[in-house]
Amino acid sequence: MIRALLLSAAAIVAVPAAAQDVAITNAKLVIGDGSAPIEGGTVVVRAGKVVAAGAGVAVPAGIERVDAEGKYVTPGIVAAFSRVGLTEVDAVSGTNDRSAPRTRFSAGLDIAPALNPMGSPVAVNRASGVTRAIVAPGGSSNLFAGQGAVVDLADDMDMVTRPRALQYVAFGEDGASKAGGSRAATFLLFREQLLAARSYARNPAALAEWGNDAMIQRADADALVRVIDGTTPLFVRVDRAVDIVNVLKLKGEFPALKLVLVGATEGWLVAREIAAAKVPVLVSPLTDLPSSFEQLGATQSNAGRLKAAGVDVSVGVFDDDDAHKMGYATQYAGNLVGLTRVPGASGLSWDQAFASISSMPARAVGMEGSIGSLRPGRAGDVVIWDNDPLELGSRPTMVWIDGKAQSLTTRQDRLRERYATPEEGALPNAYDW
Amino acid sequence: MIKGVKGSLLAAVSLALVGCAATGKDTASASDKPAEKPAKFNKDPYPSTYKPYPGQVTAVRNVTIFDGEGGRIENGTVLLAEGKVEAIGGPDTPIPADIAVFDGTGKFLTPGVIDIHSHLGDYPSPSVDAHSDGNEATSPTTPEVWSEHSVWPQDPGFSRALANGGVTSLQILPGSANLMGGRSITLKNVPSRTVQGMKFPGAPYGLKMACGENPKRVYGGKGRMPSTRMGNFAVNRATWQKAAAYKKKMDDGKAVDRDLAMETLAGVLSGEILVHNHCYRADEMALVIDMSKEFGYKVSTFHHAVESYKIADILAKEGICSAMWADWWGFKMEAYDSVPENIPLVYKAGACTIVHSDDANQIQRLNQEAAKARAAGRRIGIDVSDEMAWTWLSYNPAKALGIADRTGSLKPGKMADVVLWNGNPFSAYTRPEKVWIDGALMFDAMDPKRRPVSDFELGQPGEGDVK
Repeated sequence: MIRALLLSAAAIVAVPAAAQDVAITNAKLVIGDGSAPIEGGTVVVRAGKVVAAGAGVAVPAGIERVDAEGKYVTPGIVAAFSRVGLTEVDAVSGTNDRSAPRTRFSAGLDIAPALNPMGSPVAVNRASGVTRAIVAPGGSSNLFAGQGAVVDLADDMDMVTRPRALQYVAFGEDGASKAGGSRAATFLLFREQLLAARSYARNPAALAEWGNDAMIQRADADALVRVIDGTTPLFVRVDRAVDIVNVLKLKGEFPALKLVLVGATEGWLVAREIAAAKVPVLVSPLTDLPSSFEQLGATQSNAGRLKAAGVDVSVGVFDDDDAHKMGYATQYAGNLVGLTRVPGASGLSWDQAFASISSMPARAVGMEGSIGSLRPGRAGDVVIWDNDPLELGSRPTMVWIDGKAQSLTTRQDRLRERYATPEEGALPNAYDW
Repeated sequence: MIKGVKGSLLAAVSLALVGCAATGKDTASASDKPAEKPAKFNKDPYPSTYKPYPGQVTAVRNVTIFDGEGGRIENGTVLLAEGKVEAIGGPDTPIPADIAVFDGTGKFLTPGVIDIHSHLGDYPSPSVDAHSDGNEATSPTTPEVWSEHSVWPQDPGFSRALANGGVTSLQILPGSANLMGGRSITLKNVPSRTVQGMKFPGAPYGLKMACGENPKRVYGGKGRMPSTRMGNFAVNRATWQKAAAYKKKMDDGKAVDRDLAMETLAGVLSGEILVHNHCYRADEMALVIDMSKEFGYKVSTFHHAVESYKIADILAKEGICSAMWADWWGFKMEAYDSVPENIPLVYKAGACTIVHSDDANQIQRLNQEAAKARAAGRRIGIDVSDEMAWTWLSYNPAKALGIADRTGSLKPGKMADVVLWNGNPFSAYTRPEKVWIDGALMFDAMDPKRRPVSDFELGQPGEGDVK
C-alpha cells in the first residue's frame, strides 16, 4: 500500500518541460518581499517570468491553470550561502569541488565549471523548495577564495544564473590563519593585494615587471579589480564584533566596495554600525554556542536584533550542511518566528522570516530585480506547499523554475520505495526498479 | 572539514535493549572454589554524587500531556512532589491547596528529552584543540577509557540543550575514531562543579563501538591495522576473544591481573555494560549482530543507523534499537543512502526507534527532528501520532540506556523530569517554557534567573543573554 502511494505520488510529478505559461489560482499567496500572505491570490507566469501576482489578478484566456486549493504559494527559496552543486559526498574528494587548497590562484577562481547539476544534492534541495542558491567557493591557498555564482536548481544542464556573482574572503580566525597567523596579516595582505590589483589595472605591464615578487597573479588581479570598483560584491566571512567594525572601515580606503557580511555571529553587538554602513548580512540564525573565541556573543536573537536595527538580514544554512540540506532554511526561518514568543529574545515576524530566505538573499547579491519574489518581472520560480512552509515537515507539492515544472523525485525516494517493505520478495531488491 | 564529517567522527553509538542484563553469572558463582580468590575490583570508583536540587510541590493543569509511552491526555493535570511524578490524569485529578499551580492552557507537557548520543563536555564549546577530549585516537581499541573523565561540566552546551531542547538526561559517548572507544556515561542535565554531580545515579555504563569508515580511516591513515572493514572485524574479534578468556578466568575464580580494558569488555559480556554501536550501513549492522552472537553479548542500540530502514525487520526481531537523525546525509559514503523516512520506517516495522543528535546544536531541537521525520512518514502513509512520536525522544532512549524504570515517561513514582512547552512541541514556533529535573525548576523562560550561565560565559560578551 505504501508502495502504491509512492508510485502514484511519483506519477503526478511533472517531467521537466519547456517554459510554460501558467496561472496558479486560489493560493495563500506569499510575495516574498516581506508583505503578508494574500488569501485567494493568483500568480501568472508567462515566458518564464512572473507577470502578475496578487488578489483579483485576471487569468489570461487559454493559459494553463493550477488550482492551489488554498495552499501556500510562494517564490522558491533562495539559499543565502551554500555549496550546492560543488559536492556530492563531502568525504570523497573526487566529488568535492568546494575548495582548492593547493592551487596557486585565488580570487580568479571561478566555480561555474565545477557545478554539477546532476548531483543528487541539487535534486534533494529542489524537492525541499530551494530554487536558487548563492554558491560560494570554500577556499584557496590564499586569502581570497574565488568567485561564486548564483545558480538555479532546475533539472537541466545549465545551472548558472549569474557567474562571478560574488568574491568570497574570510577574515577573523580563518583569514588570519590563511594570511600567516594573525589578523594584522589578514588586513595587510588584503590591502596589498587590492592595491596591487589597482596598480595592475592602471598599468597591466607592471605585473610582468614585478616578476616573481608580484603580490598577485594576473587572473586574480582581474577579479579583484572588479571587487575594487564594486562590480563584484565582496562576501566577507567575519564573526567577532570588532572584526566586523574593522571590515566596515575598509570602505574608507576602497569606497566602491560592495560588502556583504557572512556569519556576523556577534553582529548584534555592532548592529547600528552595520545598519549605518548599509551592508547586508547573511546569518546562520540558530548559532548560539561560543564555538570559538570570535563567537562568544553567539545568540539566536542575532537576526532579530540586526533586523530591528535596520539591517537587511538573510537566513542561510552554513558552517555545516551547506551543500546537502539547504532545505533547513525554512526550519531556521520558522525558529526565528518562534523566538518572538520567548521573553527577552528577538525574532522575526513570519513575513520578515520568509523574506529572509527569498528576496533578502536576492537583494544581498544584487539580484532583487530578477529573483527571490513573485513581483512582476522576476523569474517564474514558484512553489506550492502542502502546509505552512516555515513549519516542520512541510514540503512542496509542485515547483516551477523559470516557469518550468520540475521533477520532485530524488534518489532518496527511489531507495525508500525499494525498502518500504524491507523483507526480500520473490526476487532480490536489486531487481525491483 | 565540514561539520557532518567531523560529527561523524565524533559520533558512534547505538543502543541496545537491556534484555541481557543481570544473568547472575558473575564472580559469585565461582565461590565454591576456595583455592584462588577472584580479584575484587571496585566497579564504581567515581560514584555519582548527584542529588536532586530543591523543588517544591508543583502542579500543571489544563495542559495537553504526552506521557512518553504513547499516552495522551487532553486537559490534563500533573502533580510533582518530592522530586517524583506524584499524580497524572485528567482535570479531576486532585491537587493539594497552597502549592504552585501553573495553567497550561494552550501548552503541552512532556517527559524531558533524553539524548542517547551526545559529546557535550567531551567536545565542549569553544571547540579549540585544548578542549578536544572525545577521541583517544591512539589505538583502535580503547575500552579502558571512560568518557566521564573527559567531561567538562562548564560546557555552555549543557544549558543550551536544557533551555532550547528540554533535554533532562543525556549519554556522553567517546568518539568514533576507535572500534571500541571506551565507556559512556549518562548524565542528568544539571549544572554542577563536578561530573560526579551530574552522573545519573545507578545508570549502567555503556561501551561505545564504531563500525565502518572512521576506524579504518583513522588507523589506516597511521599505517596500521585496521585499514579495511575486514580489518575492523579482525581486530574486534581478536579483542572479544581475549575478553572472553579474561572473563572465564574471573568466572572460574582464578586470579587475574587487573586490566582496565578487559574489565569493561567483561562487563559487556556479563550484561552489565550496554553496547552502543556507531554503525551506518545495513550490511555492517547485520555482521555486527552475528559478531555479538559469536561472543555472547548484545547490542543495545545502533547509532547513526542511516540504513536501518533496509533491515528494519531484522532489527525488530533482534530487539535492537536504532538511534537516528531525521535527515543528515551525504557527508560520507556510509551516509549516502539516507532517506528522510528512515525513522518512520523503523517505527512501522515495530523496532525500537530513537531520535539522537550527536551535535551540540541539534540537541537543542530534537523535538523538531522528530517532527520532520514524522511528517516524512505521514507522506507515505505511516501515520504516527504526536504522543507515539514522543516515545522516540524519551521512553525509547531511556530503555536503551537502562534507566526507563526511573525516567523517560510520566508515571507516578518516576523522576519528575518534565518539560512545559509554550505550544505543540512538534511546531517550529514552540519553545520550552519550563523544565523540571527531579522536580526542581532548572529552566524558566519567564525568569531570567532560572537560566544557567556557565563559569566560561561569566564576564564574556552576551553573558546571561537569552541565547
